[in-house]
Amino acid sequence: MKSLGSIRRSFTPWNDPAAKPYIAFENVTKRFGDFTAVNNLSLTVFEREFFALLGASGCGKSTLLRMLAGFDEPTAGRILLDGQDLRGIPPYRRPVNMMFQSYALFPHMTVEANIAFGLKQEGMPKAEIGTRVAEMLRLVKLEQFAKRKPHQLSGGQRQRVALARSVAKRPKVLLLDEPLGALDKKLREETQFELMDLQQSLGLTFIVVTHDQEEAMTMADRIAILDKGEVMQVATPAEVYEAPSSRFVAGFVGNVNMFEGTVASRDDSGARIASSNGLTIMTKNAGAASAGSPVVFAIRPEKIKVSSRKPANDDVNVAEGEIYDIAYLGDMTVYHVKLADGHVVKTSSLNASRISDDPLSWNDRAWISFSPDAGVVLAK
Amino acid sequence: MSDTAIVASGSSPYESSSALVRAASAVKNRLVIIVPYLWLLVFFLVPFIIVFKISLSQSAISMPPYTPALDLSGGIGGFWTLIKQLSFDNYVWLTQDALYFNAYVSSLTIAAISTVLTLIVGYPIAYGMARAPATLRPTLLMLVILPFWTSFLIRVYAWIGILKPEGLLNQLLQGLGLINEPLIILNTHTAIFIGIVYSYLPFMILPLYSALEKMDYSLIEAAQDLGCRPIGAFWKVTFPLSIPGVVAGCLLVFIPVVGEFVIPDLLGGSQTLMIGRTLWNEFFNNRDWPVASAVAIILLMVLVVPIMFFQHVQARSQEQGR
Repeated sequence: MKSLGSIRRSFTPWNDPAAKPYIAFENVTKRFGDFTAVNNLSLTVFEREFFALLGASGCGKSTLLRMLAGFDEPTAGRILLDGQDLRGIPPYRRPVNMMFQSYALFPHMTVEANIAFGLKQEGMPKAEIGTRVAEMLRLVKLEQFAKRKPHQLSGGQRQRVALARSVAKRPKVLLLDEPLGALDKKLREETQFELMDLQQSLGLTFIVVTHDQEEAMTMADRIAILDKGEVMQVATPAEVYEAPSSRFVAGFVGNVNMFEGTVASRDDSGARIASSNGLTIMTKNAGAASAGSPVVFAIRPEKIKVSSRKPANDDVNVAEGEIYDIAYLGDMTVYHVKLADGHVVKTSSLNASRISDDPLSWNDRAWISFSPDAGVVLAK
Repeated sequence: MSDTAIVASGSSPYESSSALVRAASAVKNRLVIIVPYLWLLVFFLVPFIIVFKISLSQSAISMPPYTPALDLSGGIGGFWTLIKQLSFDNYVWLTQDALYFNAYVSSLTIAAISTVLTLIVGYPIAYGMARAPATLRPTLLMLVILPFWTSFLIRVYAWIGILKPEGLLNQLLQGLGLINEPLIILNTHTAIFIGIVYSYLPFMILPLYSALEKMDYSLIEAAQDLGCRPIGAFWKVTFPLSIPGVVAGCLLVFIPVVGEFVIPDLLGGSQTLMIGRTLWNEFFNNRDWPVASAVAIILLMVLVVPIMFFQHVQARSQEQGR
């Protein structure tokens, strides 16, 4: 398979069979009463990796983080950090630090004292604490706020104090629980890049919990998608988006159109699928699907072309419909096209020029088309 | 002040009435504020002035038992003769007899010790309540308030039956073979402390509970995450954040205990010297209202200082936005 999307840096220890995982969840189960938060989950994270746990609320992602920090113990299974079983080690002895979703800044201490708190517990000499705190304040650009109390800071500044406090001890692993959840959109986007830079410059392993797929895709080397306490897929952002392993992943990350159908014919170059709503689909990405088997074909909206004219080629990967809804978003326009059987296909096209040469309006006849490489076949 | 006046001022026919409505609303707002002031004036300031005036009078065998008495028939002139007859003699008297000074010191000491004891007993209870499952908390809170449903006097009286030499406690300890001779607790300071801690515990627990209950538990987790043992996390995070509750609870116990009369009288025996008792003796045994009033005024002054301190702490914590 060719490389999917762009890779941020040449860091792929998960493809190296000799690489030793740094953190390993081995068949971890966590139950609260009769509710199973994490179900027989196994996962590995490598040193210096920026790893994201992505899922809807209640999927068990925060529980995983809390078990790693030591606030909860697994009901079954074990968690290894650098080869050491963490069971029974209290939170204050674990070489991991956590940045809390609520930030959990000590309200009765100044910014400086908050950052110094962990270092003092370590018994670090006073002079050294001073230097480290100053360094941390510089890192998060809060030098002039050292003497302020948390309630005198803005949300973004508090977030940076929490970050500085959690990395001040140079933990082996930094756990971030929805680190940007309380920030507004603009600040969140800026902070995503700051976090990535920080992780690179400190050389730490980051595990971030988020429900925001864009955030996970921007920052993480790899993403684990969780649902009901189980791992659905662990892969790079590009793989998760372009080669989702299941219907759930395809539907959870980004927008997707799904066509149910049966494989009509299958060869080495791909498969021909007859969809239940009458489309003939040719795809190069057929996976393990064999002729006659029921499948789901998934295709992202931006990979579908909409046109007012029928595409010149044959009737494969083409369908006629009617423009049902239009959303103009500035950088792109989203069209919902209703096919003859009532199935609504979502498409989006980039507004590369200011004025479209093929303007489409509500209720216009339109043709959708896509290339054989645009979609993937998912197991049902 | 006038934000309750919502009559639109844009349309001209209503403009004049709008001003009227606004003025009326301002008056109404003032009236609302007047109510508590009036209450304080009638039930606090006026009695205080009367007591203060009595404290400046002389004891007399008459009705009322002091002189001069206010005689409204004398007019302004009579009022001036009255003023001229007042003196601070009673306050001077208080400084000359060591009894009063000792009573004040003893009251303050007993109040201070029992406040500390109540805090030591109350804090773990409040902490346990605040950490209890949310569904259980209302029940626990109810249990703390429950003793108030029985008369205070009866509850203190019941302790006599428990603490006396042949009482329940001694019977139990002797029955268990822990002691041979009955412990003498009743009519000692120990009995007073037991009575005070028992009676005033809810006043300590409630403010502590409300301070601890609203504390974000993730702060404790953060402290532990940063390498702090649970004990350390308590002293570095939980306790400092509960200080407003500690201060409120201590004042709610300390202030009434200084002037406490019933508990020392019933449990402390005759040798206990407390200011509440001295006050009672002056009023009812000696019938010396002026000296008793002077004792009461000094007591008030002694207590105003901690109250002002309390208000200062409260104002500061409110300023901090917590």
